Amino acid sequence: MDPECARLLPALCAVLADPRQPVADDTCLEKLLDWFKAVTEAGSSLLLLQEHPCLVELLFHVLKPQDLSSRILSFALRLAGIFAAQENCFQFLQQGELLPGLFGEPGPLGAAAWAAPSVRSGWIQGLHSLAQHPSALRFLADSGAVDTIFSLQGDPSLFVASAAGQLLVRVLDLALRGPAEGRVCPQAWDWPACARKVVCHLEDCLRSEATPRVTQALHVLTTTFGHCRGLWTQGLWARLSPLVARLLEKDPVPAPHALVDLLLGVARSPVLSSDPGLWETAAQALSRLSPTQAGPLAAGILKLQDCPQALRIQAFGILLQPLAHVLEATAQAPGTPRLLEGAAGDLMAVDTFPPSRSACVGLLCSALAHLELLQPLPQRPSPWPQAPLLAAVVTILRFCNGSAAPSSEAGGRLCAMLVGCVRVQRAALDFLGVLSQGLGPQELVTQVFAILLEYLVSPDSSPTVRAGRAGVGRQLLGAWPARRPYRTTQGRLLAVLQKRLCSPCWEVRDSGLEFLTQMTRHWGGQGSFRQALLGSEVPELTRQLLQDPESYVRASAVAAVGQLSSWGLLTAPSSPEHPAVPQKTPLEELLLVLTTDSEGFPRRAVMRVFTEWLRDGYADVAEDPEQSVAPVLRAASRDLDWEVRVQGLELALVFLEQLLGPRGPSTAAPPGALTQALQALCRVQLFEFAFRSLFDCDRPVAQKSCDLLLFLKAKATPSGSQQEVGDGPNVASVEAALRRWQAGEQGQPLGELAPEAVLAVLRSMDLEALRDTLAESSDHVERSPQSLLQDMLATVGVLGDNEADCY
Amino acid sequence: MKLYCLSGHPTLPCNVLKFKSTTIMLDCGLDMTSTLNFLPLPLVQSPRLSNLPGWSLKDGNAFLDKELKECSGHVFVDSVPEFCLPETELIDLSTVDVILISNYHCMMALPYITEHTGFMGTVYATEPTVQIGRLLMEELVNFIERVPKAQSASLWKNKDIQRLLPSPLKDAVEVSTWRRCYTMQEVNSALSKIQLVGYSQKIELFGAVQVTPLSSGYALGSSNWIIQSHYEKVSYVSGSSLLTTHPQPMDQASLKNSDVLILTGLTQIPTANPDSMVGEFCSNLALTVRNGGNVLVPCYPSGVIYDLLECLYQYIDSAGLSSIPFYFISPVANSSLEFSQIFAEWLCHNKQTKVYLPEPPFPHAELIQTNKLKHYPSIHGDFSNDFRQPCVVFTGHPSLRFGDVVHFMELWGKSSLNTVIFTEPDFSYLEALAPYQPLAMKCIYCPIDTRLNFIQVSKLLKEVQPLHVVCPEQYTQPPPAQSHRMDLMVDCQPPAMSYRRAEVLALPFKRRYEKIEIMPELADSLVPMEIKPGISLATVSAVLHTKDNKHVLQPPPRPAQPTGGKKRKRASDDIPDCKVLKPLLSGSIPVDQFVQTLEKHGFSDIKVEDTAKGHIVLLQEAETLIQIEEDSTHIICDDDEVLRVRLRDLVLKFLQKF
Repeated sequence: MDPECARLLPALCAVLADPRQPVADDTCLEKLLDWFKAVTEAGSSLLLLQEHPCLVELLFHVLKPQDLSSRILSFALRLAGIFAAQENCFQFLQQGELLPGLFGEPGPLGAAAWAAPSVRSGWIQGLHSLAQHPSALRFLADSGAVDTIFSLQGDPSLFVASAAGQLLVRVLDLALRGPAEGRVCPQAWDWPACARKVVCHLEDCLRSEATPRVTQALHVLTTTFGHCRGLWTQGLWARLSPLVARLLEKDPVPAPHALVDLLLGVARSPVLSSDPGLWETAAQALSRLSPTQAGPLAAGILKLQDCPQALRIQAFGILLQPLAHVLEATAQAPGTPRLLEGAAGDLMAVDTFPPSRSACVGLLCSALAHLELLQPLPQRPSPWPQAPLLAAVVTILRFCNGSAAPSSEAGGRLCAMLVGCVRVQRAALDFLGVLSQGLGPQELVTQVFAILLEYLVSPDSSPTVRAGRAGVGRQLLGAWPARRPYRTTQGRLLAVLQKRLCSPCWEVRDSGLEFLTQMTRHWGGQGSFRQALLGSEVPELTRQLLQDPESYVRASAVAAVGQLSSWGLLTAPSSPEHPAVPQKTPLEELLLVLTTDSEGFPRRAVMRVFTEWLRDGYADVAEDPEQSVAPVLRAASRDLDWEVRVQGLELALVFLEQLLGPRGPSTAAPPGALTQALQALCRVQLFEFAFRSLFDCDRPVAQKSCDLLLFLKAKATPSGSQQEVGDGPNVASVEAALRRWQAGEQGQPLGELAPEAVLAVLRSMDLEALRDTLAESSDHVERSPQSLLQDMLATVGVLGDNEADCY
Repeated sequence: MKLYCLSGHPTLPCNVLKFKSTTIMLDCGLDMTSTLNFLPLPLVQSPRLSNLPGWSLKDGNAFLDKELKECSGHVFVDSVPEFCLPETELIDLSTVDVILISNYHCMMALPYITEHTGFMGTVYATEPTVQIGRLLMEELVNFIERVPKAQSASLWKNKDIQRLLPSPLKDAVEVSTWRRCYTMQEVNSALSKIQLVGYSQKIELFGAVQVTPLSSGYALGSSNWIIQSHYEKVSYVSGSSLLTTHPQPMDQASLKNSDVLILTGLTQIPTANPDSMVGEFCSNLALTVRNGGNVLVPCYPSGVIYDLLECLYQYIDSAGLSSIPFYFISPVANSSLEFSQIFAEWLCHNKQTKVYLPEPPFPHAELIQTNKLKHYPSIHGDFSNDFRQPCVVFTGHPSLRFGDVVHFMELWGKSSLNTVIFTEPDFSYLEALAPYQPLAMKCIYCPIDTRLNFIQVSKLLKEVQPLHVVCPEQYTQPPPAQSHRMDLMVDCQPPAMSYRRAEVLALPFKRRYEKIEIMPELADSLVPMEIKPGISLATVSAVLHTKDNKHVLQPPPRPAQPTGGKKRKRASDDIPDCKVLKPLLSGSIPVDQFVQTLEKHGFSDIKVEDTAKGHIVLLQEAETLIQIEEDSTHIICDDDEVLRVRLRDLVLKFLQKF
């Protein structure tokens, strides 16, 4: 603890102990606890208490019957817990009878303060902190705290109830870890009394008819098996698993969600997953729970690395069932792909879908989401039914847009429930996106394209769905480029896109442009696409959208223009009215946006495009990078938007890399190249921009600039001996200007700079230190413990001498 | 209560409701789809249309070739277009007391009803409905009268001949009742019978029922109607919209607690969302104009066009269309654009507030000022001087059978650069286009129908909770083309009752109460007696006086006071013979106690038998039978009056009297 904090501590303790000076801000106390925790973790708690008796006094003070606020009481309980986590300190506090006072019957337990949830919570957290050593266990057993914890499990405050459950796990772990160490699997009769008590309590709960009690026990067990890896967990599971299995025999199964969590927790535990009984219970759960409840369990089982094949098949069947049902609902003739064969398929006779629309939609969405997560995993079920799944998703999408014809009454119901359902549409499209990473039979792929196109053409549907299908379209088209249907699709896609770009709704224009950008990125090099695009009006429309009234659309248009022109797809438009007027190049057009657009988004987009162009060696820029970059940097350096300035520096960095070679450890540039590069940089006036940015009021700009200059410095250092430039007038004036800028006077320009002067300034500046300063978050001063203590004292007015006499 | 259904068109309804002693016609829509069977009336001589070949029967018989012409495989009647009228034979229309109009599209058959059926009643409608309805009728008459056609075909209507014709002529219904368009004189006469009403205004009909128009949110002045008596309420919902467009929003709350809700005029295109359709409209318009093509929008002179112009007003600058001229051509174009600006009180809140700024509520005023929108009564005259291409033309009639639109179809149909965009949902665009085939022009179908869709209907019904719903049969099943779309039908409990053309529906509710007023002096004389907690009864002797469907209980006339010795009469002479009133009885007889009482009074050998309705107490000795049922008690004894009275008094002991 630093001396200043040590000096402030007694005053603070006095304030905390004084009921007349309430601490207004709860977060201060939290921060204070965090700080104490850090201090005790770094050193001895005992020493801390001995050096600062005010702390013990504070704890004793709390014991006195008085009108202390519940938050201070809670704070004291938690603080005592933190100190008592170390065994010697625990004994020290024990000697003073402090701990029984705080946590035992005489303490707040019996007092009126107990009614406050924060006090109960503090009591639990305090005990949770101190339950670290055998002495603590004895204390818990002797003080009767365990019974209190049991009752707190049903506390009306959810936070308290949940913390009580976690404390039980802690107690159990502490009790069983000790005796079990080194032994294979301790038997129940070896368990300490405290552990036996907890386990009996859990058994009672599991046998209980009251669902909340069952849920509590299941939560405790889930946490236990999830966090504790000791061999003793085997014994515990062996003893309790019959009771858990018995829960599954009840009708309805109590606390299904908690049960699923427990089973998955046990299955994931490396210590327990070898138990064959576990898999039987899981299989029983899969068959007993409703499809909605069993879904998460099935998905969890399938994600496990190692589990019996039969169970995996059963779990997969659960996930596939809703989709199989969908397929069945439209199956016209035998021979259509089926998802579930044999026994599982026969289950389909039973209507698996819940009658209410929201439940049905929920079931389908969760099944789709689970399958989506499963698809890319190496342990996904094999063989993966790619074709029927594709067929099912296509059918779902058809139901959603009303184009599917159900073949049964159940199908008719499904149709009415799914028509126009945005949630299912999105889930299905997301899943389709994942499925598109695999292949599918030709006929189905054609259907997929057909439905996607139907969705794209249809003007009805929310923008999110539209964005979704655009994304899927891109993925699909990227994944199946050689397929025939896709070629025929291209032309129609562009026709739809053309219309989208003319929409009066800006969201539609915007998503259309985004789609165009993505599509061009994928296919820009492909003959048929280029032909179709150049034959359409899309490039011209895109260019026109640079003047759109909506800034988001302009930004997307900038990105699209950038992408189109980098593939040479933005030919100068033929202007029949004014053939003589030369058209602007894309470069000029974007520069115009950068210098004249009133909104930040389009300007940021321009900077991204320029950076991409320069990085990728786009023809117009590559011809004469310096000429192209100079006006952009000039415009960016003057921009009011900090992101544009950051992007400007990023562009400068790319430019620099192209001149001096890539970033890397100590790869100095050859002297000749360096001089040339520096001259080029001076010509494009990069240094004024970079130096000015060092003192930019927006930290990211300053950081970026610092990185840039450091990079340059690294490149230049080894060649430093080449030309020794002393403190010439040029350098002095630069440094003077920098000092003024630092002081906030931004008006003064830097003027012409010589490369030598730049190098000299670079060397003289401590950029590394500046980088470290900038790396610290802006509130690093305010977050120090000293500042915290001062703030707390200041709020109650102890620190200042301004205690006014009030008459 | 009966409902006579005179129209089979769900959005152009014409129903007659008999309720209490009144006969109320609800709307009189005119089904104009019949005109699709006729050849278009070109404003300018069209060689193509006049040279169409006549149609002949399969056996080569060409006796119909003057009346029927063939175009691209379709057969059309070459005659003045005719309209399908509402049923006139189902009920004597001269007995109709009032006609309630819900919106200007649903009054187009009015002159046929008011001028040719002996109708003597009153028509009720809001002011914008009447004014815009007049414009629509005026336009219709103008369109047809300005292209006089000598020929009137009637041969084909002969039932035996009609059977031989190809579809759709073969399947056309009630062709014998199709009529030519009315004249302006008839329109004026019909409109003179209209009485203007305002929203929420209560109109008494003969003291029997009260009718009230409510805002329906669909068009300027459009209304739903409440028809109610003291104890019954019928709601008539016709052409309502929950979307935010220019009219005042729909008043839903007042529809609550209806006994019967008659539901008509839902959207004709339930699968198309109006917002997306407006988007499609703008995109296609922009694409066509950019390519140097012209856009033709066949439309009515009022309604959606206001919203389209507003949307274009916001859109044209951003889409770079500011230099493109927009033309609105209709004999009533000017009036329509101006009327829309003066009905501020009938507009949505946003537009109303504009009036106070003061600004015109619709932005088309600015489009006109800046010369972006120009309007003309017809293509003749100024228009031909100003006409500049590429352009966008809004003109009627949406059926493409008459009006200036026919000219533009002939003019632009041959170029694939041009586009016709259908926004009115009333006509099938394929059928409308049939006489113009083959057509190079692009056709886009963006039907904009803001009326309620089925999802909105089911929410509405859940909220207003009518006891019974009555609707056209089309709404009780999915559309024939999409038989699996169970979501595209009215879904309510109990299921909606459906009707079809020429059907009479007995509405499923009985009137149980009638309100009767009691004169204060009579009320004063009543002395209620509490027979159960909260229920008091009193007997009333009074004279029921009924006039104008109002019922009043008046005190019975007092006996005349003796005025002089000579003329003294006995008081009873004047009063009608009134028997002394026996007290009214209530309560039930507990059989066991009754038997005990009988035994106590010396009756023995008593047997009790249970019957379906009650009990029979048998006094075997006295050879007497007491039949006790829920609402009657009979003592059957063999002419022993003393015994009967004794037994009666015992029975009476168990009953309350007042």
